[in-house]
Amino acid sequence: MELLVKNKSIAVPGEDLAHGMEYLPTNGTYREGEKIIASRLGIVSVDGRMIRIIPVSGRYLPKRGDAIIAKVEDITLNGWLCNINSAYSALLSLREGSSDFIAKGADLTRYYSFGDYLMLEVINVSSQNVVDLTMKGQGLKKLGEGRILHIDPNKIPRLIGKAASMINMIKQATDCRISAGQNGVVWVQGAPGPELVAVRAINKIEAESHVPGLTDRVKAFLDEELRKSD
Amino acid sequence: MGNERFDGRKDDEMRPITTRVGIIKKADGSAMFQIGDTIAYAAVYGPRELYPRFMHNPREGILRCKYNMMPFSGAGDRVRPGVGRRSKELSMVTEKALRPVLNLSEFPNAVVDVFIEFPQTDAGTRCAGICAAAMALADAGLPMKDLVASVSVGKINGKLVLDLTYKEEAIDGEVADIPIAITPGSGEIALLQMDGRISADELKTALEMSAKACREIYEIQKKALKAKFGDLK
Repeated sequence: MELLVKNKSIAVPGEDLAHGMEYLPTNGTYREGEKIIASRLGIVSVDGRMIRIIPVSGRYLPKRGDAIIAKVEDITLNGWLCNINSAYSALLSLREGSSDFIAKGADLTRYYSFGDYLMLEVINVSSQNVVDLTMKGQGLKKLGEGRILHIDPNKIPRLIGKAASMINMIKQATDCRISAGQNGVVWVQGAPGPELVAVRAINKIEAESHVPGLTDRVKAFLDEELRKSD
Repeated sequence: MGNERFDGRKDDEMRPITTRVGIIKKADGSAMFQIGDTIAYAAVYGPRELYPRFMHNPREGILRCKYNMMPFSGAGDRVRPGVGRRSKELSMVTEKALRPVLNLSEFPNAVVDVFIEFPQTDAGTRCAGICAAAMALADAGLPMKDLVASVSVGKINGKLVLDLTYKEEAIDGEVADIPIAITPGSGEIALLQMDGRISADELKTALEMSAKACREIYEIQKKALKAKFGDLK
């Protein structure tokens, strides 16, 4: 009935987190007899009786409802095959891709062509991780000119921040348009100078996401960089 | 020859270990593990799409390890690059040592690739490779129930010693070499091979020696994995 590690500390696979039946193992942990053991690398989070591990690394695993940025890689009879920065490719079907009537044999590159980046939503993930996407929803669109960044998908919640506070701060400071997909792909568009500052700020968030006081540091960074470029 | 080892170590003393995590930026997980003059680099990519398709396993993801000694890594002749009989075997035993701790049920039809490269070797490569690969897999954020630590035990002229060097392995006399890998949490054996002759009692002692050493290695691995996040503080 005791906790063997500190809340918010880093746990390593196989590390004992707690003894006794008082605590309950959840995501990233498992029970073996009296012990609760970590089953992945991450930050320990103790919430009441529940112990879980917040992942700090790892590939994107598609989940229903995620807004992601996908790249069109192939065109099939049924729609567009997209790379979603995961172990699995995903299908944007004709029906979900456009509300237009698309005749049989039509040239699908007129809608989305190879290499286009699209903001999409995951509507279904099967047990074998066959992923279906949709373009129908708020904020879902084809992304135009801009810059694509790949960051660790586990850091996306930090980039967005509480009630989108972090991402809005960057948008306002740099006057850039930014879209962040849950799969770790980020699209940035703005004037050349500020766009670079935004990119650097995003990379800084990725590198320092686990260190407390991130918002203040990013704010200071943005102020400093923008003053320099003025 | 006296009772001492060439480098003056005690019988149950390992060579000095240095290790770092996250050194290969483009990989999903990576680690370096150095024990004495043996250096192993491991890089993990995936889970990612697996081709050719006949290799797909719809129940769970597969693990694919590749062990490779670089051409001028050894003490003697140039190692011929490419897959050989030896590297194929060592790739397989590495894979079998690591597979039981990994849970790839979330990634059906996918593959996790582990590449282990040795720029410099002085015996004990498979053990160093397994230690590095276990850390790289953890760094890649894969679900695993434990790490794997590994070290070799040997018998030189009738004496059991820990972590043989190449010079010790190559002496003109009776030599046995036993690489062992264990999961430090549960104490299960993940790898056990033997080259040479040894009695049953000696094997038992050898297992105890390596278990103790593997727990030391585990502490070092743990520290290195945590150190990756301590840099900024």
